[in-house]
Amino acid sequence: MTSQVPTEVMPDGGTRRLSAILGSQSLALLLVLFVLVAFFSLMRPDAFPRIANILNMATDASILLVLAVGGTYVILTGGIDLSINGVLVFSGVIAAQAMVWTGGDNPPTLLVGLVFAMLAGAAWGAVNGFLIAKARIPALIVTLGTMGMSLGSALLITRGIDISDVPDSLVVGIGSGRLMGVPVLVIVTAVIVIAGGLVLAYTRFGRYTYAVGSSPEACRRASINVAGHLLKVYLLAGVLSGVAGYLSLARFATTTLSGHTTDNLQVIAGIVIGGTSLFGGSGGMFGTVVGIIIPVVLLNGFVVLGLPPFWQQVAVGAVLIGAVYFDQLRRRLRDR
Amino acid sequence: MSTAPLVAFSGISKTFGGVHAVENVSLDLNPGEVLGLLGHNGAGKSTLIKILSGVYPPDAGEIRLSGSPVNIRSTRDAKALGIETIYQNLALSENLDSVANLFLGREITNRFGFMDDEAMEEAARTSLDRMKLRLPSLSKLVASLSGGQRQAVAIARAVHFNARVLIMDEPTAALGPEETAKVGALIRELASQGIGIILISHDIHDVFDLADRLAVMRHGKVVGTTRTADVSKDEVLAMIIAGTLPAGMARRDH
Ligand SMILES: Nc1ncnc2c1ncn2[C@@H]1O[C@H](COP(=O)(O)OP(=O)(O)O)[C@@H](O)[C@H]1O
Ligand SMILES: [Mg+2]
Repeated sequence: MTSQVPTEVMPDGGTRRLSAILGSQSLALLLVLFVLVAFFSLMRPDAFPRIANILNMATDASILLVLAVGGTYVILTGGIDLSINGVLVFSGVIAAQAMVWTGGDNPPTLLVGLVFAMLAGAAWGAVNGFLIAKARIPALIVTLGTMGMSLGSALLITRGIDISDVPDSLVVGIGSGRLMGVPVLVIVTAVIVIAGGLVLAYTRFGRYTYAVGSSPEACRRASINVAGHLLKVYLLAGVLSGVAGYLSLARFATTTLSGHTTDNLQVIAGIVIGGTSLFGGSGGMFGTVVGIIIPVVLLNGFVVLGLPPFWQQVAVGAVLIGAVYFDQLRRRLRDR
Repeated sequence: MSTAPLVAFSGISKTFGGVHAVENVSLDLNPGEVLGLLGHNGAGKSTLIKILSGVYPPDAGEIRLSGSPVNIRSTRDAKALGIETIYQNLALSENLDSVANLFLGREITNRFGFMDDEAMEEAARTSLDRMKLRLPSLSKLVASLSGGQRQAVAIARAVHFNARVLIMDEPTAALGPEETAKVGALIRELASQGIGIILISHDIHDVFDLADRLAVMRHGKVVGTTRTADVSKDEVLAMIIAGTLPAGMARRDH
């Protein structure tokens, strides 16, 4: 019967080796990250590799990473969510508003804020999910629309003026708080990333996310509810945007109405750089973490070196295009 | 009731807006039998098996499984009864490996809700061994498998979950001669284990060497059924094209 020797499947050694390398894009990426860190550390040993600077970078990456956890699920299904930055701001506004109404500066108030942030995010996630999964409107259009709607709603509610009446305990405890020297933001983010990664890799929910992005038809024949799963994935992305909005409120002590305009693109770029395919079905959380961190390290490194930080945007753009090129190359090799 | 056929269609009809896709079809499938279902495009083959697999309800007629009448209202119902269909486009998930595909939608999880990959791989291996089936590596993505290997994964998937009836729509149409032979051997192996198999094809060469019995459809009706051993390819072609029966064969009218 069919050959048992796996090496016979590939036509020749060269092709096999190449596709093995491309297949482990996230490992290659980790190498890129190490090279960058080594380079900046050598150039500025006094500034770059210091604990304070590293924690700075981790904090900078944290809110993007929370968004990217949801974004990874979305992109794995073959979808896209452009609305995350609008939903983030909207949720922050709702949370701030809810805490103002509740009054007080104590844990229950903070909890009310978190719950409202998550509910606000969930509401937009549900709208996205419903329009994409049930009404079958392309995700690009739906989330472009809800990005404007959520951001616009946030501006309407606040009349365009940032709410800066945020409980001190939120700002001090979570925004700039530390636990055994580690920023609370980083700890919260780590928990979310690890949970998101475990669910993605080891649960049915994660597997169906890959399966839906790989072949909706195969899912339907396996009696998997494709529309239902998509709905849940967009709901998850919405809830995480809500959490990110809450963390942003804690970090900046204000609703930052105009502060997140490119978060969605940064997040999508990071996910794609991390090796998750825009075609859906392949990628993972580890790659996303590295893909989000690389641009943060680049920016920090350029600043530390005294280079114009605008170079970061140029570099990230190039890395993004390269990453997608490699993804396509890998697919072509695989599908031959 | 061990003599009852595994599947018995009787008087099955289905129309689509005035088109008689299937008209008063009666047909049997026995356990361990490979039945070739032949006919031109549009003859009604797919419609008939879609009725069996729960995609369409019949307008009239009855299906019995091992003697008892069944009411198949959905593909889920069909699967619960052990009726599995393998489609032309296999509908596997390219980005998942063989084991993940085998268990797609029916993953084994531990008590914490995490998938038990080891248990699934173990079960997959046992199942493949029982079918005398080998795949290069169970952890290879389906995208990198050959057509025959994918076919094997699709079949393994059906059989693993206790299929009694396996419906295959043009199973070897897209395969090369070597792979066709392998899939053929697999089909014979499964039949020897008592599974009833319906092979659908518009090309007699695909099924002639594999099927125990042939049923020919034309314009929604069964022209006739015959043991493969009793006819020549030309006689079967005449049934497909002109609807004429070989000498000495009785037309089935009930
Ligand atoms: N879903 C459908 N809607 C309308 N007509 C259909 C549908 N499915 C099949 N038919 C018609 O029924 C007839 C039988 O088709 P089909 O069962 O697909 O034949 P085969 O599989 O033998 O090629 C054809 O005339 C076809 O056009
Ligand atoms: Mg057909």
